[in-house]
Amino acid sequence: MTTTPAPTLAPIETGRRAVRSRSLRPWYRNGSLVAGIVVVGALILVAVFAPLLTPYSPVAQNLEESLQGPSAAHWLGTDQFGRDVLTRLIWSTRVDLRIGFLAVLIPFVVGSVLGGLAGYFGGWLDVVVMRLVDIFFAFPFYVMVIALVFVLGAGETSIYLAIATVSWVSYAKIVRGEVLVAKQQDYVMAARLGGFSHLRVLARHIGPNVLSQAIIYAMSDIVQDIMAIVTLGYLGLGIAPPTAEWGSMIAGGQEFITTQWQQATIPGLAVVITSLGLSWLGDGLSDLLSPDRRK
Amino acid sequence: MTDAPLLSVRNLSLGVQRKGRPTTLIVDDISFDVAEGERFGIVGESGSGKSLTLRAIANLLPAGVKVLSGSIQYRGQDLQAMPAKSRLRLAGQEIAMIFQEPMTALNPVMRVGEQIAESPRRHLGLSKAAAMDLAIDMMRKTGIPDPAHRAQAYPHELSGGLRQRIMIAMALSCSPKLLLCDEPTTALDVTVQHQVLRLLEQLCEDTRTALVFVTHDLGVVNQTCRELGVMYAGEIVERGRVKDVFADPRHPYTKGLLDSAPDFDQPDRELVAIPGFAPNLADRPDGCPFQPRCAFAVEHCATTRPRLERVLPGREAACFETGRIFEGATA
Repeated sequence: MTTTPAPTLAPIETGRRAVRSRSLRPWYRNGSLVAGIVVVGALILVAVFAPLLTPYSPVAQNLEESLQGPSAAHWLGTDQFGRDVLTRLIWSTRVDLRIGFLAVLIPFVVGSVLGGLAGYFGGWLDVVVMRLVDIFFAFPFYVMVIALVFVLGAGETSIYLAIATVSWVSYAKIVRGEVLVAKQQDYVMAARLGGFSHLRVLARHIGPNVLSQAIIYAMSDIVQDIMAIVTLGYLGLGIAPPTAEWGSMIAGGQEFITTQWQQATIPGLAVVITSLGLSWLGDGLSDLLSPDRRK
Repeated sequence: MTDAPLLSVRNLSLGVQRKGRPTTLIVDDISFDVAEGERFGIVGESGSGKSLTLRAIANLLPAGVKVLSGSIQYRGQDLQAMPAKSRLRLAGQEIAMIFQEPMTALNPVMRVGEQIAESPRRHLGLSKAAAMDLAIDMMRKTGIPDPAHRAQAYPHELSGGLRQRIMIAMALSCSPKLLLCDEPTTALDVTVQHQVLRLLEQLCEDTRTALVFVTHDLGVVNQTCRELGVMYAGEIVERGRVKDVFADPRHPYTKGLLDSAPDFDQPDRELVAIPGFAPNLADRPDGCPFQPRCAFAVEHCATTRPRLERVLPGREAACFETGRIFEGATA
């Protein structure tokens, strides 16, 4: 029928252009990512260098100087125990950020692993995991966390446990959905046909493709966790006093709101700025991490 | 030739079985052999079961589709009876597959060099560096310019043709004995398609790799394969050497396919479409599945199913009236 010319192995494109244009927009041109990095980075620096930033102790009481207004010595005044509000604000960054970041780790790992296995293997495992997810999902996040901390007793360990128990379900749902899509892709078939075991295919080929969504979610989850910690502190269920913490600062300052408004308002503002920074970071990361958005 | 063919598909039936519902047959009792170094093409329209046949050989059937009966033998060993572990090893080393979509067939978050090197590292026991050298060498063989540099690229940074070459490099990295191709060039434009086919053909010739090539494109089969099976509604309706089948089809469906495709040698010939549609697989006719669309159909075609039978040396067709097609072709 048709005649075919001699085989040609001519290169179909030359030059390095394709390789160099890895991403059309460099990361530093990504507005929300940069804003997020700046805000969160500043907060982390504040948390790390807290002892160097103020001359005062966050817990030592000095009743002679209680309830002072802003001055050169105490920029944000003092609380009813004479503690410097700015100092407590700075030290709170340490506590709240640490708990926020750590509290996200356990549910991230547990949820991703369970969701990944459920999505990949399906069958009874999927049914069991997803019904568990449904059960936990049926309760509102804050109600469940507050109830659990109440049962487990106030303190940092209880907060970790309570948040982990409640929030792994979101990761499981996200990762399961992504795995369901990814496992139908030809590259997964190709890896299977390459003679690799299910676990290896899941860990090496599917995992890196689906985790970016979970990481992006984790950024907004930290926000939610910090809000939970602050809420618990406000309700007196969180970190035990006298440790400085934004929630308990708001709770402590609210009686003096008419005379010393900054005592309750400034920690609230700190929560807002932290949340905003983390949200920007999450947004920016989602632009950066989704491979299809990089095209 | 060895005594047992490299791949032997015997009376294979695939279907969807659901509780409380009748089984839907998708592939119905097909058989074919592929000898070492042979190039076997399967053509058919969408839904004829050609891709599923290929996936059954690769053990990659989608959830829900099952092998209902029949066997797939590789060098005389029944693949289904084989323990999962040895089947995995076989899959990695001796059987490889090239997929239709070069966009989805590569892992988007792995560098292509790494992806090619992964299998040789595991199956040939190569070190990381040696496997990467092999990967770069394979990329060079597939005509990728500047392979050492390209190996560091991610799939989305490469063009469709380059990606398909990466797929070929990946599939051939462990020197498989059997290469399954699922419409490997459909997603490429015609010139790139041509290059990729020639490349595939040449690489397989060099290594005596057998090809099973699934496509709906008659021109592609003509270009790449020596043997051909024409599938219609889950059955092989005609089988033989590509040259012979194209010159002298013995099944009305094959004839219809050829009449409906343009031919450069006879540009003025009128193209004739096959009337009607392929049958709904859930509701197969009792007789010949092609009977409702067939110009040669006689009464008993509607009630009795023709079986694939030898009509010429090296040629089989599933048609009662195959003699009349022959007369029509010579007229």
